[in-house]
Amino acid sequence: MNQLSSETFAENAKAALADDQLRDALRHATTLFGKRRSEAAASLSNWEDLRSQARAIKDDVLLHLDRYLETFVQNAETRGAKIHWARDAAEANAIITRLVVERGARNVVKSKSMTTEEIHLNAALERAGMQVVETDLGEYIIQLAGETPSHIIAPAIHKTKRQISELFTAELGMAPTDDVGQLTSTARSTLRERFARADVGISGVNFGIAETGTIAIVENEGNIRLTTSLPRTHIAVMGIEKLLPRFADLDVFLKLLPRSGTGQALSTYQSFITGTKRNASDEGPDELHIVLLDNGRSRMLAHPVTRQSLACIRCGACLNSCPVYQQIGGHAYGSVYPGPIGSVITPQLIGIQKAAQLPYASSLCGACREVCPVKIDIPRLLLHLRVQISEKQRNGRTKERLAFKLWAAIMTRPKLYETTAIAARLFQRWFKLPVKAWTSGRDLRPIETESFREHWRRTR
Amino acid sequence: MRVSLFVTCLVDQLWSSVGTSCVAVLGRAGCEVEFDERQTCCGQPAFNTGYRREARRVAKRFIEVFEESKADAIVSPSGSCTAMVHHFPELFSDEPRWCERAEAIAARTHEFSSFLVRVLEIDDVGASWPGRLTWHDACHGLRDLNIKTEPRRLIRNVRGAELVEIENAESCCGFGGTFAVKYPEISLAILDQKIEAIERAGVQAVVSGDASCLMQIGGRLSRKGSNVRVMHLAELLNQT
Repeated sequence: MNQLSSETFAENAKAALADDQLRDALRHATTLFGKRRSEAAASLSNWEDLRSQARAIKDDVLLHLDRYLETFVQNAETRGAKIHWARDAAEANAIITRLVVERGARNVVKSKSMTTEEIHLNAALERAGMQVVETDLGEYIIQLAGETPSHIIAPAIHKTKRQISELFTAELGMAPTDDVGQLTSTARSTLRERFARADVGISGVNFGIAETGTIAIVENEGNIRLTTSLPRTHIAVMGIEKLLPRFADLDVFLKLLPRSGTGQALSTYQSFITGTKRNASDEGPDELHIVLLDNGRSRMLAHPVTRQSLACIRCGACLNSCPVYQQIGGHAYGSVYPGPIGSVITPQLIGIQKAAQLPYASSLCGACREVCPVKIDIPRLLLHLRVQISEKQRNGRTKERLAFKLWAAIMTRPKLYETTAIAARLFQRWFKLPVKAWTSGRDLRPIETESFREHWRRTR
Repeated sequence: MRVSLFVTCLVDQLWSSVGTSCVAVLGRAGCEVEFDERQTCCGQPAFNTGYRREARRVAKRFIEVFEESKADAIVSPSGSCTAMVHHFPELFSDEPRWCERAEAIAARTHEFSSFLVRVLEIDDVGASWPGRLTWHDACHGLRDLNIKTEPRRLIRNVRGAELVEIENAESCCGFGGTFAVKYPEISLAILDQKIEAIERAGVQAVVSGDASCLMQIGGRLSRKGSNVRVMHLAELLNQT
C-alpha cells in the first residue's frame, strides 16, 4: 500500500510531477472530463438555475438536518430498513463488521463509495477475516494494485491502459493485451464469480430521500445494481448530509450530477431502493441496513462558513478543473478526498494540524467554484481554513507571521513604504535578493530605474 | 470624469510603465487622473495567506486614503487588486461601520478595461500596434469581476493588432501570489501548459490585465529564451 500522507504534500507533489506517465494520463483524463462537462452543461439552457436550485435545496437540508434525518429514518424503518447511527469511522466499521460476522458471511462485494474509503472499511473487514472485493472496474483495478483512489469518480484515473494490462497479467493470469474490451471482459468474468458467491453487498448512497426513506445510487457499470440486489444482505453507508427533502428534488440533482461528473445526460443505471422486499418470494435482499455516518460532519455543520462543504455531491468536477490537480493527481494530497474539495473537507475531517498544507495547495484561481454544480465557494473556504491555520497553528510559522506583521507596518506608512522600496531596489542592484523559489524557473523582471510615484512626482 | 488611480504596489515598484500608460490612456479617454501618494497596497498578500488582522490594517488605511478623494471613480490596472477591494466588506463582518465604508469604496473601484468599456463606454482608444498577440484571462478579473469581453473589444480596435485565442486562455498561469513561492514546482508545471499554448500560437506578445500574471509568464518566457514579449493591456493601448 503506497498511501501517502497529507503532511508530506510538498514532497508528494514533487514526486508526482516527476512521473511523466502519471502526468500524461492526468492531462488526457482531466481534459476529456472537463470538455464533456462543459458541453453537457451547455446542453441545458437552465444550467445556472439548476445550480441555484440545487444549492437552495442543500442549504435547506443542512439548516434543518435534524428534522430531515428524523423523517428519513422513520420512513426507511417503516419500509423495513434497519438504521444504524455511527458517530465516527471506528463506530461505523464496528457496526458493519458486526453485521457481517453475525450473518456468518465470508464474502463481501462492494460498490464504489467514497464514504467507505473515508472510514477505511475494507481494511477493517479484512482484519475480521472477510474477503472484500471492489466491483467497480476502477476500484477493482486499484484494489488489485494495492492503491487508493486518486479521483472521486474515476479512482484509477492515474493509470494508463498499459499499466492496467500489466496488472491484470500479473494478478489475474491474463495474456498481455492492450485491447480495452478484453481487459474489461476479463475483470467482468472474475467479478461475476465473486458476485455469485457474495453473502453481503456494501454500497454507498448518492441521495437519501427524507419523504420516502429511499436511497438513490447512480452508476454506469451495473455493479451497484448487482451489489444491492444479489446478496441476501445489503448494507448502505451514508453520510448524514446526503439527504434531499422530496423525491421530486432528484429531478434537479440527477440532471446536475452525471453532467458534472462524466458529462453524461444520465447515468446508465439509477437505483432507487426503498426498504426491503415486500413479499418473501420477491427478488432482492432479505435485509437492508443503512449506516448513517457523522465522522466530523456535525462539526462542519455547526459553522456558518464551513457548512457549505456539506453541500458537495461528490461529482469530481472541481478536481478536473483544478490546475493543481491536473498536474499532480489525487495521491499527492495524501487524503481520501483529493483536489479542491478534498483540501476543504480533509482538514475538517482529520484535523487541521494533520492537513495544514492542503488549504494552500491552490492558486485561488476559482475554476472549481465555476464548475461546482452546487455552487460551493471553494476559494472562500480555503481562505477560511488558511485563517484558522495562521491563527491556531503557529508552530513553524514564526517567520511568516513576523514577515506579515512587518509588511503591515510598512504598508500602513507611505514614507516607510517608499524608503523600504528604494532600499530594496538598491539592495537588489548590488546583491542578489534571496528569491530562489522564484528564480529557480523564472527570470526576475529587470529592475526599474524609478518607481511610478517617483515618475509621477518628477513629471507633474 | 475625475479618476483616482490605484496603481497597485506591484506596478508602482516593479512595472511603472503600466502606471504611466494607464494615466496616458485614461487621459486620452477624457479623464482627469489624480494619484494619491499615500496609497500602498490593497492587503491581498496577507488576505490570501490567512493573515486577516494584517489585511484588515492595510485595508483600513486604503479606505481612509481613497475616501478623501473627490474622484468619480477609483481605477486600477489589476483585476486581482480590484477584486481584493471588492472583498473588503468581508473583512469587516464584525465592524459594521467599517463594512459600510468598505462597501462604498468597493462600489467606486473599477478594473482598467472594465472601466473603459462599461463605465466610459469606450472600446477604441486610438491605439495601434502591428503584430499577432494573445490575451491571457487573469483569474480574478475573469471569475471575480466577470471581465472577459471588455479587453477583447479594446484589443480588436487596436490598429494592426491581430488577436489570436489560445485554447487555455482562461486557465490559471500558476502564479497565485504566495502559492508561486510556497509550491514553486507546481506553479511552474501549471505555467508550462500556458507557455506551450502561447508558443504554439505563434504570437509576438501576450497581453493581460494583471502585472503579476505577466511577471510569471514573462519570467518563464525569458528564461526559455523566447522572443514572445509580455505586455499589460494599458501598455498596448498606449501604443500609437
